[in-house]
Amino acid sequence: MTDDRTYEEKLAEFEARIERGEKIEPGDWMPDEYRRQLIRMISQHAHSEVVGMLPEGAWIPHAPSLRRKMILIAKVQDEGGHGQYLYHAAESLGVDREELIEALLAGKAKYSNVFNYPTLTWADIGMIGWLVDGAAIKNQTMLAHSSYGPYSRAMVRICAEETFHYKQGKEMITLYAKGTPEQRQMAQDALNRWWWPALMMFGPPDSQSIHTETLMRWKIKIKTNDQLRQEFINEIVPEFLALGLEIPDPDLHYDEETGNWVIGEIDWDEFWRVIRGNGPMNRDRLAARREAHEKGKWVREALEAYAQRQAQAA
Amino acid sequence: MNKKLQQALMDRLVAMADDEVILGHRDSEWTGHAPILEEDIAIANLAQDEIGHAIIWYELAEPFTGNDADSMAYFRDARQFRNVQMVELPNHDWAFTMLRHYLYDAYELALLTRLVESKFEALAKAAEKVRNEEVYHFRHTSDWVERLGLGTEESNTRMQRALDHLWPYALQLFRPMPLDDTLIEADYFPELGELRSAWEQVVIPHLEKSDLKVPDAEPIYAHRHHHTEHLVDLLADMQMVARSLPDAVW
Repeated sequence: MTDDRTYEEKLAEFEARIERGEKIEPGDWMPDEYRRQLIRMISQHAHSEVVGMLPEGAWIPHAPSLRRKMILIAKVQDEGGHGQYLYHAAESLGVDREELIEALLAGKAKYSNVFNYPTLTWADIGMIGWLVDGAAIKNQTMLAHSSYGPYSRAMVRICAEETFHYKQGKEMITLYAKGTPEQRQMAQDALNRWWWPALMMFGPPDSQSIHTETLMRWKIKIKTNDQLRQEFINEIVPEFLALGLEIPDPDLHYDEETGNWVIGEIDWDEFWRVIRGNGPMNRDRLAARREAHEKGKWVREALEAYAQRQAQAA
Repeated sequence: MNKKLQQALMDRLVAMADDEVILGHRDSEWTGHAPILEEDIAIANLAQDEIGHAIIWYELAEPFTGNDADSMAYFRDARQFRNVQMVELPNHDWAFTMLRHYLYDAYELALLTRLVESKFEALAKAAEKVRNEEVYHFRHTSDWVERLGLGTEESNTRMQRALDHLWPYALQLFRPMPLDDTLIEADYFPELGELRSAWEQVVIPHLEKSDLKVPDAEPIYAHRHHHTEHLVDLLADMQMVARSLPDAVW
């Protein structure tokens, strides 16, 4: 059946569906720009999960108890799983995983900046769970309402698992904040280093975010970067303060009138520098992914050869 | 239970636990670095299961060792570990890792199949639970041996090299510990000669079917208290945080 509606008619129908709160599904008509934005966001998100396995994976060998070791392995494993279903969601838009991975390895695709910071003590594992996953959940809970069906469903599933990670991270930091003086110091040091990178995870301020308007119009996103960031700050600041931890921001204060915790200026120069590839761990992260990919090449070739042999025998 | 039997049982349980915790640690080193994303996920499962099994065996031994699982894993030195050397060797490549796992899984499955009949009831019960998981490991690593053995020339070469390297180490699994006779007499633990033939009947045909030649080699000369320097490195990695603050709760 040919569709002889004009572009304007199709667009109007598409936007009306979004307005009614319907989900857009893979076979449905969608503007090229909608598809392009989704591929960009979903693939960045998938890459973030996969690259995100590295900073935490680095501490699996050093986990201080067997229970913590199993929990951390399971967590990093979940991230691999999230990468998998996000790549599937991206594939529903007509790209393939190999192509996306090639772009990542070539340094052409982005992933969350936060994973370009190093994990330096065991407390970082707790802090990432609480602070970084907490920020991710904030963003992903919003994306679970996204207008694109496969992305929205992937987010529902991912959020459920991320909530476990968040609870485990919070449990760890709570324990260490009340633990020995050395543990407390580790927890504080972790907060000092992860605080700003976690706040940057929400993306540039609305005034500088080039994609926000389009994304909001088509309900790919339903809240702006600054809105989400503020909600997150309001939730998490009192929790850290209750544990007696200090937020590394001398300008932080509570605004009675708005009910907001107001932070000092985020170092956006740092944000853009890390995005451009000049963060503390960018080169190393990509090198580690490339190495795993190259070392795995003969394995993937063997699997293919074996599958062909089986197909011929059948 | 007399003292000698207790000692014998403790030695074996600790040896089983040490094999599992060290292998689980090696598996976990792949998380984030596996050849395909699906295998990052699969090997993370193997790692969690093996560490989980180690906890089960350490806890069964606890009345005799007087130590909980974490004390056993984190506060003993290489000289006190009783794992076989095969599991402490570095991962090398994916061929080595999968083949080692396969040889170990086939051994563990054969062992557990006998342990479900153990007269030491707690061990029999635990063996049944662990066996259910081990069946999956065995299937998974058997598949890998076949796929890599029959894949490309390169994958076959890598597998053959790994097999030549690993075979003498694998045979260490069947070297008796000093008090084993006491355990066998009490029907607590199987006889290792019989276990080895059962294992060989499974692995040799599978390796041959996968186009791999089983080397004609002697077992390495090592008892379970003999280790390579690799275990020292592994434990340094594994124990560093726990030992940095020995009184802290993590």
